[in-house]
Amino acid sequence: MKCDVCQQKEASIFLTQIAEGKMHKVNLCDSCAQEKGVTNPTGFGLTEMLGDAAAAGTVVKRTTSPTERTCPDCGFSQSDFKKTGRFGCSTCYQVFSDGLDALLEAMHKHTRHRGKVPARLASTKNMQERLNELEEGLQACIGSQNFEKAAWYRDQIARLKEDTPVAPAAQAMSQEGAEEL
Amino acid sequence: MKFETLLRKPAEWMRSTGPSHEIVSTSRVRLARNITGHPFPGWGKHQERLAVMGIIRPIVEQLPEMRDSFSEEMTSLNAIQKQVLVERHLVSREHAAKGPGCATVMNRQQTVSIMINEEDHLRMQALRPGLQLRAAFEQLSGIDSVLEQKLDFAFDENYGYLTSCPTNLGTGMRASAMLHLPGLVLSEQIGQTIQGANRIGLAVRGLYGEGTEALANLFQISNQATLGRSEEAIIDHLETVIQDIMESERNARFRLVEEKPAMIMDQVGRAFAILRYAHTLPSKEALNLLSLTRLGCDLGVFAPEDAEIVNLLLTEIQPAHLQVEAKRRLSAEERDSLRAEIIRRNLKNLPEPDFNGIVPPRDSEHE
Ligand SMILES: [Zn+2]
Ligand SMILES: [Zn+2]
Repeated sequence: MKCDVCQQKEASIFLTQIAEGKMHKVNLCDSCAQEKGVTNPTGFGLTEMLGDAAAAGTVVKRTTSPTERTCPDCGFSQSDFKKTGRFGCSTCYQVFSDGLDALLEAMHKHTRHRGKVPARLASTKNMQERLNELEEGLQACIGSQNFEKAAWYRDQIARLKEDTPVAPAAQAMSQEGAEEL
Repeated sequence: MKFETLLRKPAEWMRSTGPSHEIVSTSRVRLARNITGHPFPGWGKHQERLAVMGIIRPIVEQLPEMRDSFSEEMTSLNAIQKQVLVERHLVSREHAAKGPGCATVMNRQQTVSIMINEEDHLRMQALRPGLQLRAAFEQLSGIDSVLEQKLDFAFDENYGYLTSCPTNLGTGMRASAMLHLPGLVLSEQIGQTIQGANRIGLAVRGLYGEGTEALANLFQISNQATLGRSEEAIIDHLETVIQDIMESERNARFRLVEEKPAMIMDQVGRAFAILRYAHTLPSKEALNLLSLTRLGCDLGVFAPEDAEIVNLLLTEIQPAHLQVEAKRRLSAEERDSLRAEIIRRNLKNLPEPDFNGIVPPRDSEHE
């Protein structure tokens, strides 16, 4: 495979990145990689690198074989993601978090979870968020005179209060309090 | 529970007798979950899948809902048995094709089915007749709450439940309803309806999910996004849209009866006549004719309770169901002829169609 920049030498450095919800791939030869300052394995920006190489203090990994960032838990690489559109394990979400938000924004129009939280992880903060949201739903149903659905929201609120055990919530609160202060 | 028992008994929801059943045939909610410390099924080696199945399966089988459940590894089922489960919407087509380390556990009523090592470690679904999305969600969420006490589900504070494919991230929830929309199809408004749903982030698909054709005027509508809104909000939104579509479908049927009574009577009458006397029926033709007969039940041409027979037939004339009935593999021609035979037998006792509800009264015509 030829280098994408000089189009002459054989590429020895292979980069993949998700940016703005799209996959970008760049292959570079050793000398072009040197020239572009491709040294830092984290926080690389391919689009910048190709656009304005001088401005970009960027990138990556260098080897003679096509290696790239891989998940330490499952060995999954970014090009595996490109091929399958799926991740290898739950740790991959941390390893490949760069650019993920843009991808999620394109897919879901949101980047942050709202909704059910496993009871063992429930904190007072997200419990309050859940309650606020259900309360919003309830008020909307009352507004539109949909009393059957309003009753359902009321049940969900009651259940959420009942289901969330006090002990873990209190624990999480103290941790969170520490973080926020 | 043995597979044979499962086969003999139609699933509870196949009769479609729930709320708003004249338009909503079934409601389904699915939750995707994974456990930490193991690769997702699509990436893990088969020993890893076996290990995950070894952890999850006994815990799932212990659920109170799963007393006397059906629990099988996919490799221990033959092709026809697996296809039967697909035709009943109890497992996905993808899951039916899976190798070692993949299993399915489902309850006796065939209303809760849990796929182990489908695309995610756990794909749990609750299926109910009629419009019952909220009830289906509550039941499934209850099961999820029990399982999370014993299984360490992969969860991230920002991303929610972590799934193999980022399209399922967050709630991991897909809620869907199967809508019977002959009125919108006959009045050519269905395209608009689908586009409208797509514009507000809902997906509309055919009878057997992604990439399948809309047969029998059945359309599956579901949420597209899973991240950023709570389960309750997603279901509430979907249900509101379904109510709107139901309203348009009712209006479309009403208008067809008002404006084109001869056309409707002809379509329903012909459909019934063919089903009643045909000796060879390809699947697609049979499904579409059953849909029109079903419309006839809703319009009073047949008794409303006859809708149940028609609903059951929609599943029972599927290829694998036919081969189970015949107890052997059947060629396409043999299937078409057995399909016709089963339909003739089941519709034999239906009374003559009664079109009086559709024909405008004679004296009003002369006035
Ligand atoms: Zn070069
Ligand atoms: Zn991984």
